[in-house]
Amino acid sequence: MKYIKKVLGEDLRQYTMVVALAALIIIFNIASGGKMVTSSNFQNLISGNAYVLVLALGMLMVIVIGQIDLSVGSVAGFSSMVMAITARQFNLPWYVAILIALIIGMIAGAWQGFFLSRLGIPGFITTLGGMMIFRGGVIWISNSISVPVPSELKWFGAGYLPEWGPAFTGMNNSTLLLGIIAIAVYAISQIKKFTHSGDVTGKKEEFWPFAVRIGIVTIVVGYATWLFGSGRPGTSFPIPGLILMILIILYYLITERTSFGRHVYAVGGNKSAAELSGVNVKRTYFLTMLNMSVLAAVAGILFVGRSTAAGTADGTSWEMDAIASVFIGGAAVSGGVGTVIATMVGGLVMAVLNNGLMLMGVGADKTQVIKGFVLLAAVAFDVYNKKNRG
Amino acid sequence: MSDGYILQMNNITKTFPGVKALSDVTLNVSEASIHAICGENGAGKSTLMKVLSGVYPYGSYDGEIVFQGKKMTFKNIKDSERAGIVIIHQELTMIPELSVTENIFMGNEIVEKGLINWEKERKITRELLEKVGLHIDPNTIIKNLGVGQQQLVEIAKALSKNVKVLILDEPTSSLNESDSENLLHLMLGLKKQGITCIMISHKLNEIAAVSDYVTVIRDGKTVDGYAVEAGKVDENKIIRAMVGREIENRYPEHTPKIGEVILEVSGWCVEDAKVPGKMLCKDSTFYVRAGEIAGFAGLMGAGRTELMRSLFGKNMGIFRSGTMKIGGREVRINSVREAIKNKIAYVPEDRKGLGLNLLDSIRKTVVSANLDVIKTKGLLDFDKEKAVSEKYKDSLKIKCRDVGVGVSTLSGGNQQKVVLSKWMFPEPDILILDEPTRGIDVGAKYEIYKLIHELADQGKAIILVSSELPELLGMADRIYTIFEGRITGEIPAEEANQEMLMKKMTITA
Repeated sequence: MKYIKKVLGEDLRQYTMVVALAALIIIFNIASGGKMVTSSNFQNLISGNAYVLVLALGMLMVIVIGQIDLSVGSVAGFSSMVMAITARQFNLPWYVAILIALIIGMIAGAWQGFFLSRLGIPGFITTLGGMMIFRGGVIWISNSISVPVPSELKWFGAGYLPEWGPAFTGMNNSTLLLGIIAIAVYAISQIKKFTHSGDVTGKKEEFWPFAVRIGIVTIVVGYATWLFGSGRPGTSFPIPGLILMILIILYYLITERTSFGRHVYAVGGNKSAAELSGVNVKRTYFLTMLNMSVLAAVAGILFVGRSTAAGTADGTSWEMDAIASVFIGGAAVSGGVGTVIATMVGGLVMAVLNNGLMLMGVGADKTQVIKGFVLLAAVAFDVYNKKNRG
Repeated sequence: MSDGYILQMNNITKTFPGVKALSDVTLNVSEASIHAICGENGAGKSTLMKVLSGVYPYGSYDGEIVFQGKKMTFKNIKDSERAGIVIIHQELTMIPELSVTENIFMGNEIVEKGLINWEKERKITRELLEKVGLHIDPNTIIKNLGVGQQQLVEIAKALSKNVKVLILDEPTSSLNESDSENLLHLMLGLKKQGITCIMISHKLNEIAAVSDYVTVIRDGKTVDGYAVEAGKVDENKIIRAMVGREIENRYPEHTPKIGEVILEVSGWCVEDAKVPGKMLCKDSTFYVRAGEIAGFAGLMGAGRTELMRSLFGKNMGIFRSGTMKIGGREVRINSVREAIKNKIAYVPEDRKGLGLNLLDSIRKTVVSANLDVIKTKGLLDFDKEKAVSEKYKDSLKIKCRDVGVGVSTLSGGNQQKVVLSKWMFPEPDILILDEPTRGIDVGAKYEIYKLIHELADQGKAIILVSSELPELLGMADRIYTIFEGRITGEIPAEEANQEMLMKKMTITA
């Protein structure tokens, strides 16, 4: 136990969900007769769920400031529908289409952020309004008909990393490169951490826990690289997955390493104390809501890219999956608590459940029931743990 | 009844995993007396009261409780209340949106045929309020009452339960002087009616004023207990027993090195944001010099905090007029951020509500008002953050396992040191301390006083707001008095005394 703590850090509780995720994958793989851990299924799992995880990134920050955003599904649907219609009508290139979607997201976010930050109307209400307004808007402007999107967008929703270089690697070289970069970046950051470990306290930490950590990451990432890279020809690590990874890194940095991130946690933890520490609470509220809707637009783009057309029902009840991911990841309803990585693990638990139950031929009705129970169990477990600690 | 004691707690021992909170504590309380319990924070006073009131049920502690000659085995608060022991906590537990009547009968509603008999409840409430000297309508909503009145309602609620022993945990900590006096008076009245009061308090002058017997608890043990004659209490003796060491001076020696005027405020007027037309600050004019500690004396609600928060980036009320000069140059500060940039720091009176984010760790809190300084290439640098917080941990002697632990795990004194670190880190020239030693034990207070002196010696202008007059007299170089939003006096500390200050704090002109 002492050794495990040295490798993983003092707080082992944060790994319970990781263990649960790994257990789920293994159980589903056995129960489905090996259909779970295959190249094509993992590729599907990622490209089919990236949009929910993107939403969860924004939702995490919204929940940390002590608010909730119910409108994300409607905003995603609305922004991609506006994008599809304008792009078709004026025959716009794909990048202009994307820009339009992001701008619509930004306007929607500014609208909701305004009501929250300037008028003090709780996010639950403003976004409940937004949920209806934008859902109605989708149906209104589309006349209840699906609209195809520029074909280039397919790359964003269902594309794969390109194929190049020698064939002797036995897998997709882009994926291989990505995996190698990931491992290298992690290894370098750990070694840096080790060399700086004595700077403040004057006591250098032991090297072996760093080595073990690098080893574990190398094995896990290496295996994932092989899994994603060795599928049928033409497939590799999906583009939506790559976009998601970039966003995860970006939002990890925003939440952990920027003043804005600190302000988000400060406002969620104690609004009055944050204000007296020089935090602009209104601005923090506004930007967090704005950011959420922009990410909703990104999620919409990923989704319609995959389905090649903007549909009137796109985005329905996405907010629930996003919110569930954040809470399974251990965030607190009262705000101030939650991390990007834990939220992503929470989102993956939901995704693996969906995927695994589908592979086993469980119907959508029962899947829904099971997901509900999992959400309750995860949060109850978290609450129980916190009670026992404090 | 045994030996005239209404209540005896014999050899109480209570252990939490890893900690012995109480060991062999004995408490004997005579009927119809006022019994004071004092001790440092964390000495075990509250734990003892929780044992008595059944929060910690019978069986979870060793020792026995004898009440009116019978051995008691309380399983919960309801049990102890039924026996006639009622505790009034430091934090009031009234429901703000409900009326006085509803609060008093909360959980004890008078029900007839399944419905509440409001007439009867209101009638009894009126009688109870009369008893505690509160002349208000029983239908008044709690949130419209002042803290002092709320406390009286709490006592009325206790009376409605046929209380025999009333426990008051730091009853005056959130009251102003006149409300405190009122409360102490009421306790004397209750005593005449045969009700026993147990009072936990830090305020030795209050203990001296009303109590018949003092028990001192230190480190979970009874260390001293003696009968006192009201008005004749050796305060130093109690302090000695509490901290277990001699404190020669409750306020450290200090020779101020006073320099140029740093902060100059004139004609500062602030209107209440909630009550139009009501002025929180009226034409306030004052100055503070480098190296000087300027004391601000005023009763709660006099507008001290309002003035300070208005100066700190217009954080409270609506600013109407006035000018502020820092180092001779006029400045216009409209947000807390600008105030921090202009080298002003404000340590709020409500530590948990305004000073800290209780979810944060020490290291995150210490840097939270000055994040830009710990950045490397635009990103927060955790190594710098750690180095900064370690520095303050060492220099302020913050007792903690690691700077990564949550501030919620610290004692009041250590939490206050963390808040002070947070405001020392931006290196302010003007440091406003609003009740910096509230709810802190004597030992930690002394350390904070020394720190304030050090900061003054570094040439900072210090504003010390306090409702404890001895503290102001012991610490400040010059004292301003505030009454109803107006500065009513300015007195050099060596010429000031308590009576004189109190007079200026209660009468205009």
